[in-house]
Amino acid sequence: MKTLAAAPSLFVRLGAPISVIVAAIVALILVACALLASWIAPYDPTDLASFELINAELPPAFTADGDPQFLLGTDNQGRDLLSAMLYGARVSIAIGGGAVLLAATIGVTLGLLAGYFGGKVDALIMRIADVILSFPTILLALLVSGIARAIFPGAATAEWAPVILICAIAIHEWVQYARTVRAATMVETAKDYVRAAKVIGLPPWRIMLRHILPNVMSPVLVISTINLAAAVLTEATLSFLGVGMPPTYPSLGTLIRIGNEFVFSGIWWIALFPALALVILVLAVNIVGDWLRDRFNPKLRVKR
Amino acid sequence: MNVQSTPVLAIDSLRVEYPLANGSVFTAVENASLVIRPGEIHALVGESGAGKTTIGNTVMGLLEKPGRIAAGTIHIEGKRFDAARGSAEGIVLGRDVGAVFQDPMTSLNPLFTIESQLTEAMRFHLRLDKAAARARALELLESVGIPEPRRRLKAYPHQLSGGQRQRVVIAAALSCNPKLVVADEPTTALDVSVQAQILKLLRDLADSRGIGILLVTHNMGVVAQIADRVTIMHRGKVVETGTTEEVLRRPKAAYAKALIGAVPRTDRRLDRFPVLGDEGKGRAEQARAELRAKAERSDIPAEEAPILTVENLCVDYTTSGWLPGSKGHRFRAVDGVSFSVRSGEVFGLVGESGCGKTTIANVVSGLVRPTSGRVLYRGQSVAGEGATRRVGPLRQAIQMIFQDPYSSLNSRMRIGSILSEPILFYRLAGSRAEAESDVARLIEAVGLEAEAAERFPHAFSGGQRQRLSIARALGARPKLIVCDEPTSSLDVSVQAQILNLLKDLRDATGLTLLLISHDLAVVRQMCDRVAVMRQGQLLEQADSETLFDAPQHSYTKELLSLVPTLDRIRGETKAA
Amino acid sequence: MFKVLLSRLGQAALVMLVVSAVSFVMFRYVGDPVATMSRENASVEEKAELRRSLGLDQPLVVQYGRFLGRTLSGDLGISYRNQRPVTELIAERLPATLELVLVATILSLALGIPLGVLCALKPHGIAARLVQALSLIGISTPTFVTGIVLILVFAVSLGWLPSFGRGQVVDLGWWSTGFLTISGLKSLLLPGITLALYQLTLIMRLVRAEMIDVLSSDYIRFAKARGLPTRYIHFRLALRNALMPVITVTGLQIGSLIAFAIVTETVFQWPGMGLLFIQAVSFVDIPVMAAYLLFVGLLFVLINTVVDILYAVVDPRLRARSA
Repeated sequence: MKTLAAAPSLFVRLGAPISVIVAAIVALILVACALLASWIAPYDPTDLASFELINAELPPAFTADGDPQFLLGTDNQGRDLLSAMLYGARVSIAIGGGAVLLAATIGVTLGLLAGYFGGKVDALIMRIADVILSFPTILLALLVSGIARAIFPGAATAEWAPVILICAIAIHEWVQYARTVRAATMVETAKDYVRAAKVIGLPPWRIMLRHILPNVMSPVLVISTINLAAAVLTEATLSFLGVGMPPTYPSLGTLIRIGNEFVFSGIWWIALFPALALVILVLAVNIVGDWLRDRFNPKLRVKR
Repeated sequence: MNVQSTPVLAIDSLRVEYPLANGSVFTAVENASLVIRPGEIHALVGESGAGKTTIGNTVMGLLEKPGRIAAGTIHIEGKRFDAARGSAEGIVLGRDVGAVFQDPMTSLNPLFTIESQLTEAMRFHLRLDKAAARARALELLESVGIPEPRRRLKAYPHQLSGGQRQRVVIAAALSCNPKLVVADEPTTALDVSVQAQILKLLRDLADSRGIGILLVTHNMGVVAQIADRVTIMHRGKVVETGTTEEVLRRPKAAYAKALIGAVPRTDRRLDRFPVLGDEGKGRAEQARAELRAKAERSDIPAEEAPILTVENLCVDYTTSGWLPGSKGHRFRAVDGVSFSVRSGEVFGLVGESGCGKTTIANVVSGLVRPTSGRVLYRGQSVAGEGATRRVGPLRQAIQMIFQDPYSSLNSRMRIGSILSEPILFYRLAGSRAEAESDVARLIEAVGLEAEAAERFPHAFSGGQRQRLSIARALGARPKLIVCDEPTSSLDVSVQAQILNLLKDLRDATGLTLLLISHDLAVVRQMCDRVAVMRQGQLLEQADSETLFDAPQHSYTKELLSLVPTLDRIRGETKAA
Repeated sequence: MFKVLLSRLGQAALVMLVVSAVSFVMFRYVGDPVATMSRENASVEEKAELRRSLGLDQPLVVQYGRFLGRTLSGDLGISYRNQRPVTELIAERLPATLELVLVATILSLALGIPLGVLCALKPHGIAARLVQALSLIGISTPTFVTGIVLILVFAVSLGWLPSFGRGQVVDLGWWSTGFLTISGLKSLLLPGITLALYQLTLIMRLVRAEMIDVLSSDYIRFAKARGLPTRYIHFRLALRNALMPVITVTGLQIGSLIAFAIVTETVFQWPGMGLLFIQAVSFVDIPVMAAYLLFVGLLFVLINTVVDILYAVVDPRLRARSA
């Protein structure tokens, strides 16, 4: 938590405009709320005993027919929407974060190897990357989910769905990491300090880890923020389409899917609030990520 | 020459400032004045940061914000330059003032033909129609010496060579008959032979068309060859000005004297380069003595046999074909080169870009594998036939320093870590503490303070970084150091210091140096023996004095004649 | 030029091979077709018979070969869900998706490029800042949320446009088009905008980034030094250079659009291939999934190859080698 709290001052020191600082704070608050969901949610939406159908489809507390027990209303099962959203946000962020972590690990490693060694290693990795890149994220993710469901009957359950979703999203995301790191590695490998390290006689793994990796990390961090936003969106889309998190443990996307059925009959809150939360979260992360990318882009620096 | 006395360019007490974010002001140019008459080439010389480029940009009206003219005046053809508008009344940039930039590769738009880029300005400024513009473009191409101009019009920039591209750039600058041309380092990116041609072209144009040229450059040799007048700048101030002969032969200001003195000469070999400023001699000498002591302890007795022998070395580069697995073109970078280097000498490999000298450096230092032939270190094969993997003492013995001081140190590591890496890797120190003190000695031996170990590379200037690179190379206790263009990216005065340092280190520790350079003057000053290369082949090798005073091969003679030096100054009358 | 063509075709063939292999593996190994297709309490002999008749007892390579053969002759199997030939299903749905994608592509290019140029040329102006703020919201909003919001506003509240379906379509031989009727065009509008929005934002940002990059290049500086008028430099020179990567990206984008059509078609109940696919995934209708994969893979590969060749034609550096 301390690092989370320290982050805003870091942005100020880096010279971020107000909008970015606000966005960073908003993002941090949302992430904190989501992580602390178990503690701050009024109800536990995953506990089947805690909600009853009789409470279904109640409007938010601040409207005419609202029940003060349920701040943002209830869904079709009688679950408190606010609690469901908090847990849902947690799931969305966890899956998004997990996918980014997995993709980054695979991508950075392969990118380093491809960029440093070149030749056949590079050609192989890039060929695979090209084939994967021919397909959009959604498609690959859908395929992986679909195949997983066909092979494992338990794939659709709450235990396995997150794992499968993480893999499904990461299978496309790693390519971008690999390409960026490969390009940066190739630039660094051509630089004289790497040649110097080779002449000194240091072994390749040591050069890659000790010398090159620290110098290629900054684009990785920048991509990660933007990728996190994209991963959360992808998970939401998959859940909306029905192949993501199930209704028993819904993510924000699943909630919107449920709400979509009711939108035409005037029950607007089930879809609206989760949608708002999703957009605000992703927007905040994107604002920060955008600014990071512009800030660390060497070409945009003022020329003397 | 016409009698018109209005100067093409008159700068009077110019002051250019950049307001900074924190409220203070950076003065790029202070109180600069110069005058250019029609048909005159005026060279504006200085090292990086001198302010010469700023003046060039200002005259062209391309001064980048937030820079502004704070004081003084500029008159172009007698018309006053309005700072607020960024141009002079009635003077149109592109029509009355032409510009030539440094890098012809990036000055031309890769997506448009030569014709379109040549005719653009004409059609706008002179309102010519397509046919008339094309006819003029043809004339221009001819006047700048491009063969087969009709074919070249339809071509794209990437289809021309570097020299041809720069000619096109000059043609474009001349397209609307300007009276003033601002040329910013027009030959720096070109090979020596091409440089000579472009310089001659500029001189001819000035003579035949009466154009005034403001030539911004850092190369004194270029100045000597074609400039009529020179202005030397240092940190924004004009230090000296006058005719080329006056300034180069009889400089008055201390900085000017030092600058001109630091330029390596091809006619005579000096013991050391005269330099400005204290080189921290005392401590450095002591540190070097310590280094020598350490080296001798682990040394074997000096031998007469050569320390390095290159035998019939061949290196081919193959570009991969279109489909995986197929072979592409084969390019022979090094073709049957043989030479040997004696222990303790400085051996120079010299040639123009693409001659293969860098490839040889890479093979000797173990970065590239040769296709055939071999390299022997003290009789043992280290590359090519019979070579085993270089480990331990063999690896240690040959180290390298590189051209670009800005990329040769890992910007994320402290100097102390960078320098201690080879020491720790080869276990040359008993303990970490000993390694640290070794690092301190190394830093002092190259003339810097031991506290440098705590800092990061970006805190140091180019020259200082190059010193630290040398310190790193020394850390592995090598016997031979390959120096790949170690001073090409440095200012002239800094170059002098680094070359002095290398000489001092060689004298103190008995190192052998293999010096790779394209700069004949540097090679003359530094090397005991020299080999000349062209297109992968070694054409001539001899003692330095012999090679420079009595070259045998026609190429060597040609190369020597093309180098712009201070020996032949334009307009100078030699004493009888 | 010829070499470029050859290498691109080689790459395309490689991708198709991989795609068909994955498709085949799905077809053959995912789930048990015999179990799915035979009755609940079929006997062992009946199942064995079925297996033989489907050729499932042959060696793997042979099965793959037969699969390829069948595919190339247009037989993609029978859908588990509605027992119709998959090829028929795809042919039925293809026009809907392609028309939608076409509309979305035109929209995103026609708006994205000018907006990107605007933001690059006047980065501190009010219009640019507004556009950039909106674009951030644009890429933060998932397609389905946009769709739902648009439906709520234009279909439910205002009642101007339909909220689902294609409207009236006209059959031109095998193709059915919605362009020729008013209701068809109206129906195309909301889904088209929804689909276009995300891609529009991406193109706008790309064009902006490229323009800024190009505007700081040496050759633009040299053009300024030649005194060429600013409008000429911006629109005739810089734009030309900046648009180069946009070509490649647009190609990728079309592929992306086809994929995102899945979401849009779900929201608007648009009877296209995307909706077909998502229904197949929910139902675990393997033949349809495999066929969709193959088909879409082929489309992507075709588009990318065309784009690569186009790029090579347009960039003089990749054209003829000698002067």
